[in-house]
Amino acid sequence: MAHRDGIVKAKTRRSKRFLQSREPKLTEGQKSSMIIRGGNSSETVSQALKDVYALKKPNAVLYKRKNMVRPFDDSTALEFFSKKSDCSLFLFGSHNKKRPNNLIFGRMFDFHVLDMFELGIERFVSLRDVKTDTCPEGTKPLLVFAGELFETDREHQRLRNLLTDFFCGPRVSAVRLAGLEHVLHFTALEGKIYMRSYKVLLKKSGCRTPRIQLQDMGPSFDFVMRRNHMASDDLYKTAHRQPRGVKPKKKKNISHDAFGTRLGRLHMQKQDLDKLQTRKMKGLRKRRGDRGGAAARGFFFTDSSGF
Amino acid sequence: MASCSFEDVLAKAERDEAEKLKGITVSKELDLEFDPGNLLAFDKNRIDTREFKDCKREDFLRSLARDNTQLLVNEIWKLPTERVEEVLVAKLPDPTTLLPREKPAPKPKPPTKWEQFAKLKGIQKKKKTNLVWDEVHKEWRRRWGYKRAKDDTKEWLIEVPENADPSEHQFNKRNKAKKERVARNEYNRLKNIARAQKIKVPGMGLAPTPRQSKAELAQAVNVAKISTASVGKFQDNLPKEKTPKNTGKKRKFQPLIGDFSSEKQKQLDLLKVMDSKKPRLDVTKAVNKQMREEDMESRHKNKKDFGKKGRRGKMSGKGKAGGKGPKGKGRKPQMKQGKR
Repeated sequence: MAHRDGIVKAKTRRSKRFLQSREPKLTEGQKSSMIIRGGNSSETVSQALKDVYALKKPNAVLYKRKNMVRPFDDSTALEFFSKKSDCSLFLFGSHNKKRPNNLIFGRMFDFHVLDMFELGIERFVSLRDVKTDTCPEGTKPLLVFAGELFETDREHQRLRNLLTDFFCGPRVSAVRLAGLEHVLHFTALEGKIYMRSYKVLLKKSGCRTPRIQLQDMGPSFDFVMRRNHMASDDLYKTAHRQPRGVKPKKKKNISHDAFGTRLGRLHMQKQDLDKLQTRKMKGLRKRRGDRGGAAARGFFFTDSSGF
Repeated sequence: MASCSFEDVLAKAERDEAEKLKGITVSKELDLEFDPGNLLAFDKNRIDTREFKDCKREDFLRSLARDNTQLLVNEIWKLPTERVEEVLVAKLPDPTTLLPREKPAPKPKPPTKWEQFAKLKGIQKKKKTNLVWDEVHKEWRRRWGYKRAKDDTKEWLIEVPENADPSEHQFNKRNKAKKERVARNEYNRLKNIARAQKIKVPGMGLAPTPRQSKAELAQAVNVAKISTASVGKFQDNLPKEKTPKNTGKKRKFQPLIGDFSSEKQKQLDLLKVMDSKKPRLDVTKAVNKQMREEDMESRHKNKKDFGKKGRRGKMSGKGKAGGKGPKGKGRKPQMKQGKR
């Protein structure tokens, strides 16, 4: 696919910009996600997909029509969609008798499936049912994971990484302190994952840091872990490989001290201090045959000055 | 006043501090792991299943979330802040959780042929203006593209140069030259791409083009025929096809260490020929040439009455050789290869 983009030249500047935005870059921007409905989906699943779409609004694509896709058997259709819409995260919802209210969270690397986790919805409270005001679109949420399973179990670790990838917003260098409004809390307990979403209220406390109060908001899910497809270790490692230009190169022999001054270090060879070349002072130069008469001459000068 | 001692004042200050911090302190068994770059916190503490009953579940989860969020907010408030346009903003460090990339890292592109040459010669890129003054139209026009300043194909009058053929179509000549330039540019661009991706492009005549000459088609057929595992040995011929006789090596070299005496003899003969002043005479060749000349003379004597057919025959040979030259360069190859 990349070869075709080089051979087929863009005819307008707009199309050239579009193609450039889809090329791989050194530092990547935000990942966009596609939300797809399966062949058969229940009311719960449809509402759940709409709620997640609302959470991820600017960088998500909601596919309106139903697609007969089985991600665990054949992922070529998903890969085709991802190539067309340039999305690397996906959420696939379906419903059948064997697996009711099924959601599959997944991510792609180079338009091939990297990880997929199938979670079943046991209990779901939608955005509509909770009557509080929500925070504006596109706020970066605070993510909290609780439960020792997220640390000990390998599958849970990978799921934690996937959920971070899915729900963390754009990579920012600074955040407005008053704008931390949304928190997503994931709890892992006995093979089930409880996802809750709260609105953060910053109350006055005695000192600078505010006291937190939470208000129920947004969708809340009770997930149960079903199948999963995790990437092999070497594929996972390849996906993490960073290009060379990203890390700033450390300059050697330069340090900063406590006052902020920049100190450098020079490495010299060993020097013989007797043979050091210093400033030449003509008067101090040793002349031939002068050593005996120096004292006399000095005497002579002082004599004349007193004159 | 006398009862207030130094220690009392200090103790009172400490108590005040503790009061202030009571609102925001949370006690946990294990400290949380923080990733302020991603606004992420991870709580490793064990969750008491007794408190996780159906009726109290939401409240338990909410209080757990409140505690964890308080700790995370405490951590974020420790970061350095600055004021950006009347808004207090905290500067986030780099995220510590490693997230996989979307696409593999881009590889640096190898320089094109022109870039290599420019680097070798030390030619710098000069910044050029977008518009150029066009004297003919007396206005500013773009340097290249639609309605450019000096477009020689759009001239309404072209003087025929002195040494040109009067029946030649000058406008068509310019249009054809432009088409050839465009085709050559496209060809070079595709070659640069092929060189960058190290794709092997087949030689002249083997890449399919709309119009291929008889010789090129024959070459393509031959190459296709020998592209089997047994180098075309067991391929059947087409109905009227003749197997070409001169397959294999055209030149035959003697083995490096063979018959020493014959090699010595050969070298000595060569030296003798080089020494001799008289030119060598290949008797068979000379005889054949003589016979051919005699045949031609006899034919001419017979055909003198018929007319000037001989001259026309000679002309056709010249035309063919001339026509092949420009065709060889300016074709536009359509490359349909590429790995998926």
